[in-house]
Amino acid sequence: MAILDRLVKLDRRWIFLLMFLCVLVPILWGRTFPEITTPLVDRVFDAVENLPDGSKVLMALDYEPAAEGELGPMSTAFTRHCIEKKHKMYFLTTWPLGTQMIAAVIDREIKDGAPHLVYGEDYVNLGYKPGYEGVIKVIVTDLKQLYTTDHFGTSTSDIPMCKDIQSVQDMNIILNMSAGYAGTREWVQYASTPFPETITLASGCTGVQAPLFYPYLPKQLIGLLGAIKGAAEYEVALAAKYPKWGRPEYTEALRRMAPQLWGHLLVLALIIAGNVLYFVERRRRRGHRP
Amino acid sequence: MKRTIPLLIAGAAGLIMLVSFFVPPWESWGEDAGTWFNILQGFAFILGGGNLLKVHLKKVSDRRRGWGYSGVTLIAFVVALVCGLLKIGVAPLAKFPEHAWSGPYNQEGSAFWYFFEYAFKPLVATTFSLLAFFVASAAFRAFRAKNLEASLLLGTAFLILLGRTFAGTWLTSWMPPSWEEFTIPGLGVTVMQVFVTAGNRAIMIGIALGVASTSLKVILGLDRSYLGAEGK
Repeated sequence: MAILDRLVKLDRRWIFLLMFLCVLVPILWGRTFPEITTPLVDRVFDAVENLPDGSKVLMALDYEPAAEGELGPMSTAFTRHCIEKKHKMYFLTTWPLGTQMIAAVIDREIKDGAPHLVYGEDYVNLGYKPGYEGVIKVIVTDLKQLYTTDHFGTSTSDIPMCKDIQSVQDMNIILNMSAGYAGTREWVQYASTPFPETITLASGCTGVQAPLFYPYLPKQLIGLLGAIKGAAEYEVALAAKYPKWGRPEYTEALRRMAPQLWGHLLVLALIIAGNVLYFVERRRRRGHRP
Repeated sequence: MKRTIPLLIAGAAGLIMLVSFFVPPWESWGEDAGTWFNILQGFAFILGGGNLLKVHLKKVSDRRRGWGYSGVTLIAFVVALVCGLLKIGVAPLAKFPEHAWSGPYNQEGSAFWYFFEYAFKPLVATTFSLLAFFVASAAFRAFRAKNLEASLLLGTAFLILLGRTFAGTWLTSWMPPSWEEFTIPGLGVTVMQVFVTAGNRAIMIGIALGVASTSLKVILGLDRSYLGAEGK
C-alpha cells in the first residue's frame, strides 16, 4: 500500500521527465516508422498532381512560429510538389508573422533548393495584409484592390505572373496552412463556399483544428492534412511519385512522427495507470467505510 | 452623438453587407465595405500598440505586482517596433541600390530578423511545446472513467491517439485488407468522419443561427454591448 500511496502522490515532475525522454530519445535515435496515406491526403496530393504543369497555386500560409512544428513540413512538402509540377506559386498570409514563415519556405526550398526558379515568373511573395477574413473577402473578387504591390513593394502590374490575375478565382487551387483565425474556416466561408465552381480549396491544419474542418469535406474542402501525421503522409505520397524526396534529409515530418508515437504511448500509459490507481484507491476507501 | 453615430455606422455597414450578398448588382458595395474594413483594421494596430503602452506603463509606474514583466513587454515592444520601422541592418535591394530603405524589414541579417529568429521564435515554440508536459500530467491525474460518458470519451481518446501513430497500424496489421475499416486507424477515421462531423455540424448550425440573430440585433441597434460603457 505504501507504493500505491506514493504513486497517488507522485510528483508531476517525474511525469514531465518521462515526457521529455519520450521526445528526446526518438529525436536522437532518428528512427522513422512507415506511414500509409489516407484518402483525405491522397485527394489533396492528386488535386495538385493532376493539375496541368504550370498551373497557378495560391499558397496561403496562415500561421506563426507556434505552429511551425506541425505546419512547416506541410508548407515544405506542398512547395516541393509545386516545384516538381512547375506550378506557379503565389504566397500570401493573413497573419502578421506569416511573412517570416513565407520567407523561410522561399529561402529554404526555392532559393536554396530550386535556384533556377525566377521571382515574378515562377513564384511571388505577396506578403501580409491586415484585415483577416476581410482580406479574403476582397481578394476573392479583386486581388489587386488590396495587393497593389508584392511584399517588396514592386507593383503587381509589373510582375509577369500577376498580370493576368484578377482575383483568387483565377487560381487553379488554394493550399491553405491554418493555425487558427484567420485560416481554413475563413477561406471556406468567404472563398470556396460562395464560389464553388471556380475555387478549389485544400487545407493543412494543426491537430486541434482538424475535427472542426471535417464538416466541410469533401465539397467546400477537397481534402485535409491533419497535423504532423498529415504532413508525413504527404511526404510519403510525394516520395512515391518523385523518389528523390524520399531521402531521409527530405522527410522531416516523418522524423517528427517518432517522438509523437512515444509521446502518445506515454499519455495512454499514464491514463491507464491513473485509472488503475483511481479504482484501487476507491475500492480501498469503500473497504475502510464502516 | 457618441452613441448615435457608431450605431448608424454599424447598422449601415451591416445592411450594405446583407444587401450586397442577396442583390447581385450591388455586390460591389460589399467589396467597398470590405476594403474599408481592411483599412480600419490597419488603424486598429496603432490603437492596439497605444493601448499596450498605456496599460503596461501604468502598471510599471504604479509598481503593481508583476510590474517587472510589464517592463520586459515594453522593452520587447519598443525594440521590435524600432528595429522594424527603422529597418536597422537592412541592406538596400539590388534593384534600388540608391535607396537605403528599399530592403524588406525582415531581411535576413537585419536586427528585426535576429530578434525574430533568436528570441521570438524559440520563446513561442517553447511555450507551445509545454502543452505536451501538461497534457501528460493531466492524463495521469484527471482523465478518469468515472461514469459512462467519461468512459466513452476515454475510449475515443485511445482510438485517436493510437490511430494517429504507427502503433495503431502495427497493432492491427494482422487484419486482412478487407477489414481495413475495423483497424485502429480505420476506426479513428470513422470516429472523425461520422461522430465528430455530425456533432460539429450540429454545433455549427447552432452557432450560425446565434450569429444571425445577434447580427440582426446589432444592425437594428438593439444590441449595443459592442459600444462598451458608452452603449449603456
